[in-house]
Amino acid sequence: MHGFANPARFLRLARWLTPLCLLLGLALAAGALIYGLLFAPADRLMGDTVRILYIHVPAAWLGMGGWTTIAIASLVELVWRHPLANIAARAAAVPGAVFTAICLVTGSIWGRPTWGTWWVWDGRLTSMLVLLLLYCAYIALAGAAQRDMAAGSGGSRVTAIFGLVGAVNVPIINRSVVWWNSLHQPPSITMGKSAIDPAFLTPLLIATLGFSLLFGGVVLARMRMLLADIQAEARLRRKAQKAQMKAELSAGADWQ
Amino acid sequence: MTEQLDQWPFVIACYAIGVAGTLAMVGWAWFAMRRAEKRRDMSREKK
Repeated sequence: MHGFANPARFLRLARWLTPLCLLLGLALAAGALIYGLLFAPADRLMGDTVRILYIHVPAAWLGMGGWTTIAIASLVELVWRHPLANIAARAAAVPGAVFTAICLVTGSIWGRPTWGTWWVWDGRLTSMLVLLLLYCAYIALAGAAQRDMAAGSGGSRVTAIFGLVGAVNVPIINRSVVWWNSLHQPPSITMGKSAIDPAFLTPLLIATLGFSLLFGGVVLARMRMLLADIQAEARLRRKAQKAQMKAELSAGADWQ
Repeated sequence: MTEQLDQWPFVIACYAIGVAGTLAMVGWAWFAMRRAEKRRDMSREKK
């Protein structure tokens, strides 16, 4: 893993991996969603609203997966001082937040015809809303830490600690439907087992794979963007320092 | 007697939000990356 600590090596890999992930992700997600919308059967109990799950479930998994990525990257940053870990954590925050928001909105729309309500303050929905608020706080904190670092003070340790502490919410979301009474159904897919019929499971898994590739592609694109910003700013700062030194030297020569 | 909700408007709303949100995020990430890399390359060229 330390082999990829080198930003130049990472960029060489990301240059071809980013478009590959995005294009493959778009193709798989589009295929699964079109199949889910037009060709998959309606469910006996849920009716046509079962089609919403081909978006809602991948979004929920990636919302939680995004924070898991932040937590792992934060741990790597704090323990091994991996130079790309902070960038990876910051890059995963925005797609994680977007998928959490999509999960909450589509879940709410699904709830209206299925449960008869847009929202209930139960364990699963509330902990998912807390995850979205954690993402917003993390993005704001990472932005402030970046500005502090550019100004030559502070660092990203507070952001990494926040990323680790916030990970407490991920198992709470996962187990909330087991621990508390909830309108939300219990987990349908557990380790190696599924209670879902293959007619629904196959497009769901393909949609999840497609959205996961899109998530990976967006994280890689954002890492490249953050690295390019850092490199450009460092270069401009060095040039400004050189120009200032030159001006000071010429002013000194004029004085003599 | 209760009237059953037509489910399709809910399904279409979810697909519209999910697809539009995902595509907007992918497009924004891609163009922001291209812009940042162009800015870095320009800072390399400037003497």
